[in-house]
Amino acid sequence: MSKADAAAAILWVGATFYALFGGADFGGGFWDLVAGWDEKGQRPRDVIQRSLTPVWEANHVWLIFVLVVLWTAFPSAFSAIFTTLYVPIALAALGIVLRGAGFAFRKSIESLQARRAMGAAFAISSVLTPFFMGTVVGAIAAGNVPAEGNGDAFSSWIQPLPLLIGAMFVASGAYLAAVFLVGDARRGDHEMESYFERRALGAAVVAGAFAVAGLFALHSEARYVFDRLTAEGLPLVVLSLLCGAALLGVLVRGGRRLLRPLAAGAVIAVVWGWGVAQFPYLLPTSLRIDQAAAPDATMTIVFIVFAIAAVVVLPSLALLYTLAQKDLLESEH
Amino acid sequence: MPLLDLLPLAASESNLLAAREQMAFTLAFHIVLSCIGVALPATMLVANYVGLKKGDEAAMELARRWSKAIAVTFAVGAVTGTVLSFEFGLLWPEFMDRFGAAFGVAFAIEGIFFFVEAIFIAVYIYGWKRLSPWAHFWSGVPMVITGIGGAFSVVAANAWMNQPQGFTLNGAGEVVDVEPLKVLFNPATGYEVAHMILAAYMVVGFLVASIYAVGMLKGRRDRLHKLGLVIPLTIACIATPVQLFVGDTAARGVADHQPAKFAAMECIYETGDNQTEYLGGVCTGDGVKGAIGIPGLDSFLVGWSTDTRVTGLNDIPEDEQPPAKTLLHLSFDAMVGIGSALMGLAIWFGFVWWKRRDIPQTPWFLRAVSVSGGAAIVALWCGWIVTEVGRQPWIVQGYMRTSEAVTEAEGIWFTFALVLLLYTGLGTGAILVLRAMSRRWRDAGLDLEGDTPYAPPAPLSSTGRKPDYVSGNRPVDGGGA
Repeated sequence: MSKADAAAAILWVGATFYALFGGADFGGGFWDLVAGWDEKGQRPRDVIQRSLTPVWEANHVWLIFVLVVLWTAFPSAFSAIFTTLYVPIALAALGIVLRGAGFAFRKSIESLQARRAMGAAFAISSVLTPFFMGTVVGAIAAGNVPAEGNGDAFSSWIQPLPLLIGAMFVASGAYLAAVFLVGDARRGDHEMESYFERRALGAAVVAGAFAVAGLFALHSEARYVFDRLTAEGLPLVVLSLLCGAALLGVLVRGGRRLLRPLAAGAVIAVVWGWGVAQFPYLLPTSLRIDQAAAPDATMTIVFIVFAIAAVVVLPSLALLYTLAQKDLLESEH
Repeated sequence: MPLLDLLPLAASESNLLAAREQMAFTLAFHIVLSCIGVALPATMLVANYVGLKKGDEAAMELARRWSKAIAVTFAVGAVTGTVLSFEFGLLWPEFMDRFGAAFGVAFAIEGIFFFVEAIFIAVYIYGWKRLSPWAHFWSGVPMVITGIGGAFSVVAANAWMNQPQGFTLNGAGEVVDVEPLKVLFNPATGYEVAHMILAAYMVVGFLVASIYAVGMLKGRRDRLHKLGLVIPLTIACIATPVQLFVGDTAARGVADHQPAKFAAMECIYETGDNQTEYLGGVCTGDGVKGAIGIPGLDSFLVGWSTDTRVTGLNDIPEDEQPPAKTLLHLSFDAMVGIGSALMGLAIWFGFVWWKRRDIPQTPWFLRAVSVSGGAAIVALWCGWIVTEVGRQPWIVQGYMRTSEAVTEAEGIWFTFALVLLLYTGLGTGAILVLRAMSRRWRDAGLDLEGDTPYAPPAPLSSTGRKPDYVSGNRPVDGGGA
């Protein structure tokens, strides 16, 4: 494995964590959005709020990680992506601002109307942000980002494949969130537990449907990626399907075990399937990993930083999630 | 857009101006929040430590309140920081394309600090109730370290833009080799980083103290307010004299390495020795108008002798001179002037404390402290105007012009307008939330539930009585905490 490939793998590790934790975080916002008005939606909203509050900042640092590794290790790819897809990227940034502000402010504002507005800002942007991020990924996979950048600002992402991937991002986030929330609600609230079970089931089916539609769109719009996904990437596609099917089985039988690992497994397999399918391109089929790579010395620093992150950040994250899961961190009462 | 018609600029120039304005505005907004993120945790931990060691409930209450303020400001700061990292690509893609491999190194390191900071802020802020008191205290310590580390990395990146080194370019101008240590430890890193971290401690110290000074001026003279003033003010007053020394070193560093920036800061047009130090005034092509001049002082400050030769703007090609020289000059003067005034405040406070173990009793002291926070923020902004506008027309001093770095994408004026609107809402929201929190603390003496994104539990009994270290609230709403 060359240094550039290793750096790309690090990029993908970051993207995987962001898809899992950031995705679930956005999904929590999705379920907040569709929970219904005031009293009706209060209980699920409380579960979501309690679950997200201690971890939502940390969940989003993975995005910064991905951006920093991308611009340091593959600066020309970063520049090409940002000069072509600046419209969905700017909209995603707008969503990030509204989401963070809405979440941070909504509990502290006294007037009910302002509180509703903040809650709505949080919930709506929880859907729009992953959608636009999905269109960015879809546009890259479709080969709509030229290596030299400055591709078409609109036709690059307003295409069936990017839009479908955007919808799939929203659905899979909702699916992950519902599965995580089943566990978070479990502590003493059976009604909420089955509430999120039903939604996990629904979201799994919808995400699966988008994935199948996405395969058709890949076939017509991103032939290179489709061909590799159905050849080299096939084991990962099968793994994702198996995880998804097993999870559905567990949910239908009303089982509890392995829900989270199965949901995570399905998403991880898709992220790496995409990586394998794009290989050796960062921007199919105009920019290869080695063409975009920064000089060796920079890559070495990226590796060192990644090693430190593995030693320092991952245990800290584990501590945070453990404390949160053991109810040692409280946001209320 | 009507604004565009008023600007007699070519499209690309207009884009450049819009991108620079948007970057400047979002940075000015974020930098205040970063200061809070860098220095407020340490201030809070001092109160926490005093509270634990001496069983001082007022100090513990301050630590709790400040942790809630951090919860709000960190959330907003994380968002505005994310916007900045998007803006690198959205506004300056050519800069990232050419130099990301070199200066990205600093941000990669910053990423780790930010990550650890986000994690331990959550642990500390949520850990009030269930963690043991000392475990909880220690969970806050990583925030102090990561704040300083994060500031180092980000400011090292900026220092590199001012003093680029540690990379090799090929004939096409692409970076083909990088020496990361030289990038991180460039000649400007030492003074820029120290200057910024001290500035953060000064901004936070004076700002927090000023809030409690306002409360004391309104008659809330309980132990909580006095501690709330003394702890941050002490920190700020320790940082201030060090800052004067570091700032002086920084100015000499700029004079050595970036003569164009220095000449504009000081409005010096003719190269020579025995240069006059101008205070205030307007820089025109014919020299300074309306300034107070102190003969020889500028040369003396640069090289400890009036014989020191200082380069003037007339010896610098016009297309390598910074724009807006008067703005630079006045910003520099304002920063130094405010810094000196804050030094006076520090001496006053230090002297009276040394003599009497108490704050000066005149209301003029409280009035001075109550404006010191705002003044420190103005000085902070002025300093960044000097650093950033003074580097123009370069984005990477001597290697890449800002005009070469800017995006070709259209509509930057539109996004800038949107950003102005959005950040106005963000800033207003943050201030309203902080004020509402402070009002509730004052009214109740303890918290209502569901206060902040992170809401540690209410501090005292559930009877609703005020603890005795909090004095009676007043019907008048004010900025007091």
